[in-house]
Amino acid sequence: MYRSHVLVCGGTGCTSSGSAKIIEKVKEEIKKNDLAEEVCVVQTGCHGLCSVGPIMIVYPEGTFYSMVKEEDVPEIVSEHLLKGRIVERLVYDQAKGMKSMAETDFYKKQHRIALRNCGVINPEDIEEYIGRDGYQALGKVLKEMTPDEVVKCILDSGLRGRGGGGFPTGRKWQLAMGNASDQKYVCCNADEGDPGAFMDRSVLEGDPHAVLEAMAIAGYVIGADQGYIYVRAEYPIAIERLKIAIAQAREYGLLGKNIFDTGFNFDIDIRLGAGAFVCGEETALMTSIEGNRGEPHPRPPFPAVKGLWEKPTILNNVETYANVPQIILNGAEWFASMGTEKSKGTKVFALGGKVNNVGLVEIPMGTTLREIVEEIGGGIPNGKKFKAAQTGGPSGGCISAENYDIPIDYDNLVAIGSMMGSGGLIVMDEDTCMVDIAKFFLEFTVDESCGKCTPCRVGTTRLLELLNKITEGKATMEDLDKIEELASYMKQNALCALGQTAANPVLSTLKNFRDEYIAHIVDKKCPAGVCKSLLTYSIDPEKCKGCRLCAKNCPADAITGERKEPHTIDPNKCVKCGVCMTKCKFDAVVKK
Amino acid sequence: MSSEKKFVPFQGTKEQEEQLRKVIADHKGQRGALMPVLQQAQEIYGYLPAEVQQIISDEMKIPVSKICGVVTFYSFYSLYPKGKYRISVCLGTACYVKGSNKIYDKLQEVLGINSGECTPDGKFSLEACRCIGACGLAPVMMINDDVHGRLTPDCVEDILAKYE
Repeated sequence: MYRSHVLVCGGTGCTSSGSAKIIEKVKEEIKKNDLAEEVCVVQTGCHGLCSVGPIMIVYPEGTFYSMVKEEDVPEIVSEHLLKGRIVERLVYDQAKGMKSMAETDFYKKQHRIALRNCGVINPEDIEEYIGRDGYQALGKVLKEMTPDEVVKCILDSGLRGRGGGGFPTGRKWQLAMGNASDQKYVCCNADEGDPGAFMDRSVLEGDPHAVLEAMAIAGYVIGADQGYIYVRAEYPIAIERLKIAIAQAREYGLLGKNIFDTGFNFDIDIRLGAGAFVCGEETALMTSIEGNRGEPHPRPPFPAVKGLWEKPTILNNVETYANVPQIILNGAEWFASMGTEKSKGTKVFALGGKVNNVGLVEIPMGTTLREIVEEIGGGIPNGKKFKAAQTGGPSGGCISAENYDIPIDYDNLVAIGSMMGSGGLIVMDEDTCMVDIAKFFLEFTVDESCGKCTPCRVGTTRLLELLNKITEGKATMEDLDKIEELASYMKQNALCALGQTAANPVLSTLKNFRDEYIAHIVDKKCPAGVCKSLLTYSIDPEKCKGCRLCAKNCPADAITGERKEPHTIDPNKCVKCGVCMTKCKFDAVVKK
Repeated sequence: MSSEKKFVPFQGTKEQEEQLRKVIADHKGQRGALMPVLQQAQEIYGYLPAEVQQIISDEMKIPVSKICGVVTFYSFYSLYPKGKYRISVCLGTACYVKGSNKIYDKLQEVLGINSGECTPDGKFSLEACRCIGACGLAPVMMINDDVHGRLTPDCVEDILAKYE
């Protein structure tokens, strides 16, 4: 028995800010102070609040230390662990004077189901997962439930795919269950491709067994004995923890032959993705597991009929699986009691961009964007104004301030021209140019289009060219009509979801921020001051002291003027690099 | 912009080839083994030049045309050697909104190379990547396995100096 537990976050965010060294240092200091018998150090998964990492939580007090540095460790050990005095200066601002982190703004409105074990258990120790009811759902399913009963439970819970499409999970399982075959497969999509979403990574890093358990349950339901997890090679920590988890589960007889003495066999292998966004599409993912170029193919036949190696296959995303054991244990009604009419349960969002609290948040469906940004996210830095939030990544759209109070669920997001996607939620303030953001996503899809079908391969390229014309101030109003026409053609004709949704970022910004497009085209101005070709730099003669600092630093020799006289910028020579603006000590350089 | 990437001769050793043949033997009979073999081959050689693809083709009895198709499809596989220090700048949405493209421009300027290229001395190679999941530290870049976060264009040179 330990009298204290020190939990240090070992998720990607905190590891990047140096948590591994902190763990070593804590262990070293504990040894030095002869506390090894009394204090236990645990490396956990992600706590969610990545922006104040590395995070350390000391129990039983539940003290929430943030931005801990290596040199702070001796003080924490000698003061807190040895003398019982909390090191106030390191306590997370919001948590000061409170009993627990659950009361802080960031956590107050959250409800953690998929993330319930992240940041709580040591993901590299199966015993800790079992201690939190782990593998009980699998036992219950194998011993007490028929496959039909499990499917009914998942259907009744209203769980929908968390990877983007929102297809009812129970329905997917039911379809694969009904197709007789000598061999079936269960796949897990961990090829999290949306740039800006990292919840699947956190689940794999913080609670890998939940995914393994759910896959085994799915295997029992559809009659499969083999599972594959397709995970991005860019996620080394997640891969490592998955490997450890699979090995431990095999050792405990929770994967492999004759699980729980019921005669049920199920094993899981890992396949690494190799950096192709299109492999998040289900048919492309399976083609990739087979060892080919990850190109999608037309549906039908659906994977539930002919999937991996032409056998019935189900594919669910990591977060979807993470919900399954809890639904089995707590019942469909419990899960269905949360959320909105057609979107049940919770959703994890990766909150990022121009917001104070960057990190992972899990909230009941139906929470408004305002609550997420203003309350959980702690608002926008530097007193700037909220302009838009982007959801759904390259397939989604931008939500404007007008829809700040709409309850977020699958159907509402589609209705306002965006989509749930895998859960990236990027906040933008007034300094973000919406045409530039649309262009950013188009550049992404041009890069990632697999090239198999023309509407996507050529369509995305032409669309990007049109956007480039706009940001360079060379477009006409007719180009906007062309964009809309091309977008609707792509939507109808592209082979897979990547191409069908590629125009969404353009269409949604065009719909919600048409004025900004018009300003680029008609007035040749970028209101946010982002699009270089449309900017002009000038010097305010009132403020300029003639110090020559800007002129000395100008790479293009575009600035002239006598010492102690106001300077001027020659617009024909100016390359718009902005150096003069950053160098000027008198705020005399103006960007318009 | 200078680029040596196309002219680096293949310098594979006997040991590397033995390692590769062992990897292929370990995957014998496994369905869909090509991707795992390519991943490990890249770990052994650092990249996947035609010579390596040929060995895999001979051993696995897969046409080299198909192997080349797979290698060029996925951004994780490289046909060219990488630098001693591989720099990848995150151009995911969260980093982009916080100005990672300016970091990327600055690196190209300082190193004098474009994306996907390697400095002539073989020290640094540069590429863009999409979201490494460290959005809390945006904008970020990775140099080999080290993550550098909360970057500004001004701090780029100081960071590079640590890798001399």
